[in-house]
Amino acid sequence: MLWEAIKLALTSIRRNALRSVLTLLGIVIGVGAVIAMVTIGTGASQKVQENLAKLGSNMLIVRAGQSTFGPGSNNDARAFEERDVAALKANLSGVRGVAPSAQRNAKTVYGALNYDTTVTGTTSDYFIVQDWTLSEGRVFTEGEERSGTTVCVIGSTIVTELFGSVDPLGQRLRIGNFACEVIGLLDSKGQSAFGSDQDSVVLLPLRTFHRRLAGNTRISSINISVTEAADIPRVQRDAEDVLRERRRVAPGEEDNFTVRDMTQIANTMAATTTILTGLLGAVAAVSLLVGGIGIMNIMLVSVTERTREIGIRLAIGALERQVLTQFLVESIVLALFGGIIGIIAGLGIAAAAAVLMDVPFNADPRIIALAFVVSAAIGVVFGYFPARRAARLDPIEALRRE
Amino acid sequence: MSKAQPLVELKGIERHYGQGGGLVRALAGVDLGIKRGEFIAIMGPSGSGKSTAMNIIGCLDRPSSGSYLFSGVDATALSRDERALLRRNYLGFVFQGFNLLNRTTAIENVELPLIYRGNPKRERREKAVRALHLVGLQGREHHTPGELSGGQQQRVAIARAIVTDPLLLLADEPTGNLDTARSHEIMELLTRLNQENAITVVMVTHEPDMAAYAHRAIRFVDGYIASDETRAAA
Repeated sequence: MLWEAIKLALTSIRRNALRSVLTLLGIVIGVGAVIAMVTIGTGASQKVQENLAKLGSNMLIVRAGQSTFGPGSNNDARAFEERDVAALKANLSGVRGVAPSAQRNAKTVYGALNYDTTVTGTTSDYFIVQDWTLSEGRVFTEGEERSGTTVCVIGSTIVTELFGSVDPLGQRLRIGNFACEVIGLLDSKGQSAFGSDQDSVVLLPLRTFHRRLAGNTRISSINISVTEAADIPRVQRDAEDVLRERRRVAPGEEDNFTVRDMTQIANTMAATTTILTGLLGAVAAVSLLVGGIGIMNIMLVSVTERTREIGIRLAIGALERQVLTQFLVESIVLALFGGIIGIIAGLGIAAAAAVLMDVPFNADPRIIALAFVVSAAIGVVFGYFPARRAARLDPIEALRRE
Repeated sequence: MSKAQPLVELKGIERHYGQGGGLVRALAGVDLGIKRGEFIAIMGPSGSGKSTAMNIIGCLDRPSSGSYLFSGVDATALSRDERALLRRNYLGFVFQGFNLLNRTTAIENVELPLIYRGNPKRERREKAVRALHLVGLQGREHHTPGELSGGQQQRVAIARAIVTDPLLLLADEPTGNLDTARSHEIMELLTRLNQENAITVVMVTHEPDMAAYAHRAIRFVDGYIASDETRAAA
């Protein structure tokens, strides 16, 4: 009986091909939109996480002042000094590296070309902490750091913008009003999670930076990389204790610096992306509802059109239940068709978007299964009312209808 | 079920439509007994209640009052689905407008009642082929109604009505849409089914020529049976 009903449904759908296709479209768009949104969103959130991981793993960022991200930030707080970094290095255990950094935008010049970029003064720990690897050359030596030698390590954007086909190693790059020798080239990291070019960097030994570019000895931030993720809270507390003492913060007084856990920020950002994905999916789900109403509409038309047929069926002994099943199966088949096409279309759109937006394509089989089930459910819910109307027709009235 | 027991027994059947001042008494007290093996023609002007009577006998409609025993069973007490089961198993319907499913082949139309009975495919095919043979449509099994003449369509409808081996065949103006020659062919077919296959036939018609095929003619006027004549066996 069920097989008969499915066959009947297919026949009826085929007979009204154009109308069926238009009805399907509602479901196709709804399911397709949900699938595309969720799949793209999942890929985007994966990308965000990957990018944040590139910032350095298990990283704590120490900045002077309070709440440097929010409004009312207190930027005149005393900057860190080299001795603060040394104290952290001496007192923290379970860390891979402690890297001070000071930054400034400057014009870099090589030959006839120039390029504005961010120049960072730091130590060789910075490469460890930030997970920077070199494609060629070497990092600063301890001697170079101590004496403030004019050497630099440059990012791949600088290489392409200024050097072209010339091998940059050993060349002298002008930064502001001094020149330094290029001793290392960084591997490319690509765009950051915030959309900036991470490869547009020039790294100098901290003292070189202070003397030649900044004219002061300020350190704006200190990055600490913790070996084990589980140790992060402990290291964070220890770092706070060390700095409170060094900066003479009285007990009970608020810190005049902040130690941020980047992992936490990364998780927050990933969670935000997930919420956004859910939101987009929910908007798309509304169009699915509209598609369902389309099915109900067309099924009601179908019942009206086929009143006479229903009358014949009832007259020759079809039970209410059998007529109900017939129309319910028809709407379910219709909705499932739409659902399947929608899933394929949605995945196609997501795959195309993945290429265009450079995010990973990640089709979640659970979402696909869910879309399938939801399509069937739409068929049941929106097909029930028209089907019941068909089943309850009076056979005499129905047969009289032309 | 004894031979003496009537197949259909109507007593004091009334059927009203509307309410209060607009009340229409389509049937105003009908007593009628139909025995197995009879071939009955129901006649009368339009609005006389003959179609209403057919609907009640066919368990498509329920009387407002009165009693209806079908083969000894009180049909007025049956639920909607029980009446559907009764129609499915014991009754066959032939309509003036054929009422076949469009774009559906002859054999599929004939199989339809068997699908609702839940018969397996092979059995359905066999029975449908046999029924189509019986009405003289061998070789037309896979034609759709659109490809068949009116007379052939009505034969398909008759095959659909008899495929379940019903006790009673109800035909509402079966020749109403057919020309004279085709009409006589259909009447000969009904006569043959009545005599050779022992199917009780009740037929509504307004053509005396067609009514002449029946053994018994019942005339309705204004919701009453005005006359009930049994012709001497030919």
